[in-house]
Amino acid sequence: MKANRQAFGEALVELYKSKPNIVSLDADLAAATYSAVFKKEHPEAFIDCGIAEQNMMTVAAGLSTVGLIPFVSTFAVFASLRAGEQFRNSICYPHLNVKVVGTHAGIECGADGATHQALEDIALMRTIPGTVVLAPADAYATRALVFAMADHVGPCYMRVGRDKVEEIYDAGTKFTIGGSHCLRKGNKAAILAAGDRVQSALEAADILEKEGIKVSVYDMYSIKPLDENAVKEAAECGLIVTVEDHQKVGGLGSAVCECVCRNKPCKVVTMGMESFGRSGPSSELFKLYGLDGASIAAIVKSNL
Amino acid sequence: MQADLQQIAAKLRGLALEAIFAGGSGHPGGSLSLGEIMAALYFEAANINEKDPKDPKRDRVVLSKGHACPILYAALCLKGFITKEQLLSLRHTDSFLQGHPDMKGTPGVDMSTGSLGQGISAACGIAMGAKLKKEDFHVYAILGDGELDEGQVWEALMFAAHYKLDNLTVIVDHNGLQIDGPNSEVMDLANLKARFDAFGLNTIEIDGNNLNEVRQSLALAREVKGKPTLILANTVKGKGVSFMENQVGWHGKAPSREDLDKALAELGV
Repeated sequence: MKANRQAFGEALVELYKSKPNIVSLDADLAAATYSAVFKKEHPEAFIDCGIAEQNMMTVAAGLSTVGLIPFVSTFAVFASLRAGEQFRNSICYPHLNVKVVGTHAGIECGADGATHQALEDIALMRTIPGTVVLAPADAYATRALVFAMADHVGPCYMRVGRDKVEEIYDAGTKFTIGGSHCLRKGNKAAILAAGDRVQSALEAADILEKEGIKVSVYDMYSIKPLDENAVKEAAECGLIVTVEDHQKVGGLGSAVCECVCRNKPCKVVTMGMESFGRSGPSSELFKLYGLDGASIAAIVKSNL
Repeated sequence: MQADLQQIAAKLRGLALEAIFAGGSGHPGGSLSLGEIMAALYFEAANINEKDPKDPKRDRVVLSKGHACPILYAALCLKGFITKEQLLSLRHTDSFLQGHPDMKGTPGVDMSTGSLGQGISAACGIAMGAKLKKEDFHVYAILGDGELDEGQVWEALMFAAHYKLDNLTVIVDHNGLQIDGPNSEVMDLANLKARFDAFGLNTIEIDGNNLNEVRQSLALAREVKGKPTLILANTVKGKGVSFMENQVGWHGKAPSREDLDKALAELGV
């Protein structure tokens, strides 16, 4: 078990060996985002910007114009909302090569409560032209996607959570921008999830299997670009359920609906948030807001 | 040299107004206040390779007050990066000259700007990048005074001082007027020099429409080590055209044909 934010910090250290032109920027949250791991190893390539996310985001834009690859990290809520306009106008409009990693995404960040729980970041980042939006499910996925972002030229956003998560993948599993992984194959329904909700989707699949209901589970770690072939394949069974720790509006569920409507209409039930979150342990919050394995299984059953 | 640069300043003002007239909209007031600054910067102080706008060794100029781009485009035109015909396509649908600077589309534009407060941060990033890469080019950021209302400017100035970005020169075009009126009525900017000094900057206050003072301050800025220099340039909005000077109404309005002819005659270009 490892937190994806920790996997991010460790991946940066590893990435530096092959890409010494990366620069890590943080806004006085290095200990929380784990960019501190990189800072400890490579203080010469780490820039603390203080609690000034708007400046940090735009400093990254400037750094990228001289051939450096900035990795900006802070809480997802500040990366996407507080510095969102800087990301749009100074990074995405000129299509600069900046990577933004938002940690503590979703209600999963728990005890800090609604102000710190980014529930709109996928929607915001997804609407900006030319962006890549990623939400890895475990530490291996996080590491692989940090490397994939570094190889991709252009603005990228990756959201990761706070808590430790179960490993789903083997170390060698391949992750590509625009890819997905089908983790279970069934014919009654397909659960499409992102981030740590993939784990709960797998739990839901186990619950349903015990009742004789076989469902597919897809990890849609690349929300933009979306793996449209995977969505079309998932739609074959006639029922898609999407699950994300994010507002229902504009996130993975919306992206899947757009794809399904364009290509292969089928029923899509979206699971996500429709309100602000609140303080509490993440496991209790997922139950409260109906995003845990049992809730997902119940929604699948009621829509069969 | 002084006389040549004064002539260039007049030419830049004339070209900026011609572009705004041809575009049918744009920002004359804050373009004209920059005449001497742009002339001294582009034709003396900054190392700009006429043959290659992307020369990695070049000095960078970030027009943080992006709405003043007509005078930036005029400088790029005199530098030979864009033609006069292209200059006169400002804001046209098929033109690469956008209403605010677009580094992807326009040769010679070092940073896309327009959303106020961001160019100064980007300039900090470029200057920081030069330090990290051990490159010795210089970075210039040109800000408006109304732009100082943006909190991000002060975040950036703290950053520049903290990281001792002595390869960065910030120029504040303090013409005293912003869209809704005088700074003092919209958001008071009293004691600006003291504020900049308190932020740890090497502040030089000048008459920004006095070419000699502009040239001297730009030369000084490159000599100071250990801290960034900020040139507080007191200017006149609409400078050089009598009926535009100190008139807030000329912040963002295109001249008529008659206005333009009168302005060009006054500028002697």
